[in-house]
Amino acid sequence: MSTFATMPPKSFEVKPKLDESGSSIDESGSSIGELLEISMGPHHPSTHGVFRMDVVLDGEKVVKLKPVCGYLHRNHEKIGENISYLASMPYTDRLDYFCSMTNNWAYALTIEKLAGLAVPERAEYIRVIMAELTRLQNHTSLIGFFVHDMGALGTPLMYAFREREKILDLFEEVSGARMMCNYMRFGGVRVDVNDEWLARTKQLVANYGRFLDEFEAFLNQNEILLARTQGVSPLTKEQAVNASLTGPLLRAAGVNYDVRKVDKYGIYSRFDFKVPLGEHGDLYDRYMMRVLEMRESIKILNQALRDIPGGPVMDPKAKLRGFRPKSGEVYGRIESPKGELGFYIISDGGPNPYRYRVRPPSFINITILEDMCLGHRVADVIVILGSVDIVLGEVDR
Amino acid sequence: MLGEQIIKGMAVTARNFFGSYVSKDRLTTVQYPEEQLAQKENTRQFPFLVYDGDDWEKGLRCVACQICEKECPPKCIYIVKSKDKKPDYKGQPQIYPLTFDIDVSVCMSCQICVEVCPFESIKMDTKFELSTDDRFGGLLLTKDKLAKPNSYYQQMHPHDAADSDAVIAAEKAKAEAKAKAAAEAKLKADAEAKAKAAATPPIAAPALTTPPPTAK
Repeated sequence: MSTFATMPPKSFEVKPKLDESGSSIDESGSSIGELLEISMGPHHPSTHGVFRMDVVLDGEKVVKLKPVCGYLHRNHEKIGENISYLASMPYTDRLDYFCSMTNNWAYALTIEKLAGLAVPERAEYIRVIMAELTRLQNHTSLIGFFVHDMGALGTPLMYAFREREKILDLFEEVSGARMMCNYMRFGGVRVDVNDEWLARTKQLVANYGRFLDEFEAFLNQNEILLARTQGVSPLTKEQAVNASLTGPLLRAAGVNYDVRKVDKYGIYSRFDFKVPLGEHGDLYDRYMMRVLEMRESIKILNQALRDIPGGPVMDPKAKLRGFRPKSGEVYGRIESPKGELGFYIISDGGPNPYRYRVRPPSFINITILEDMCLGHRVADVIVILGSVDIVLGEVDR
Repeated sequence: MLGEQIIKGMAVTARNFFGSYVSKDRLTTVQYPEEQLAQKENTRQFPFLVYDGDDWEKGLRCVACQICEKECPPKCIYIVKSKDKKPDYKGQPQIYPLTFDIDVSVCMSCQICVEVCPFESIKMDTKFELSTDDRFGGLLLTKDKLAKPNSYYQQMHPHDAADSDAVIAAEKAKAEAKAKAAAEAKLKADAEAKAKAAATPPIAAPALTTPPPTAK
């Protein structure tokens, strides 16, 4: 352990512990041959951004693993404390750049809680629609990346991205940008959606089930996928809870915890949907968890698109310029596609927050990476990392 | 049978491959530089300044209030206020920006400047092919490069432009009505004063004992 903790920065060699006869041993004293330390990343194509893992290998087996992050650190929280509340909104887009809509919602929800703003009905429905579309596109592209990491180069990822692009087109039409939407505001949403957009969204949601059918037929029972995922890196309930995991990773381990059901934020209490749960917590469960969540998202979308009322989309009390909420502290959280995304704000009554803190789901989810990878092969480490669903914009902030 | 599901998966691939020749749904690639998709109405890229009329220096709507400079998240706007004033579209004397620079290489296209602008003067452009070989000055847009006519905006975002034109027209009408009312009131007051002066003999104004308070 000590050799790893005080790793010399330039040398990739780790001096193994030796017994009397001269062969290397591990902590328990059994011989494990020569150890090799590899720095995986930060530009490894499978690390989903600039992320590095210091892996100590015994042959192909992982003996130790240390995630190293911070390559994409850009002072998100400190910037948030130095600019106005409204100006932080576009920065939240850049946290988890796959799901800017849910990031916006989490931040807007927190500030609304702090300032006591009410959100009009129509805006609540639009927010649910946007968040569930985000979940669809995030999970679709995640599955694409996941099987890409496994060696299914290109094809499933291209299918996933083709569908994702259709959702991004809808986002662009409403908010003006595909990914950096910057769409929600304190007390509502920035612009209203029109009937034509709603009709096209309905069409997309109707077609999405068909795409998922095809995608599942493509992958679900595939022998290679089964061999690579079933039984690999099983996570117990206790491990998952102890590491404070959230999101699909936690539910794949069989813990029934979904902030949409627990907090019922927004108008989620009105929708009829289930929380899928895994049984084994292995990679296959994590894969299936995403597929099943997309099915539930489609259910929510159908209900929301059916029930959406007319009316305004902004709270008339909400102020755009010179917004100063009363002093106090608040924590707001939502179920983002990756897990529980929370914002913790302390306000001193000024134009900018006194403290601005993000609880990023994917950063907390990779803290358990070592436990998940120990004893597995290098090739599995890549897939395990893929199953955690990290986005480095959010991990490093 | 081992591999059965792989074969089934291959059937999906084949369906997508051959489908891409007939179905637009399965082939979504656009050969970008040669063919381009139409821009969406709400698309935003980088800000520009709107001016009315033909002369951009005269018709610039910006009054250098610096709200956008303060609210801009990455602080890419730089404004220097003028010392003198010139009439705006309402005819009122207003200060104007001596310098108005936007560093497009810093701008993150968030549209917050557009939202906070109370004068409908800064709007979002949809132009995105801005690459230049000038590393330093090429992406620093100055006032003359930023100024675009209102007709350009109307053509780009017809719905938004109609809204903003309506706001401008309403303000203008309000200002005109106010000016008219003020002029009428003045005329009336003058007439009344004249009538009063005719009715009563003029008396000498009391001598000022203290100097009038200086305006702050």
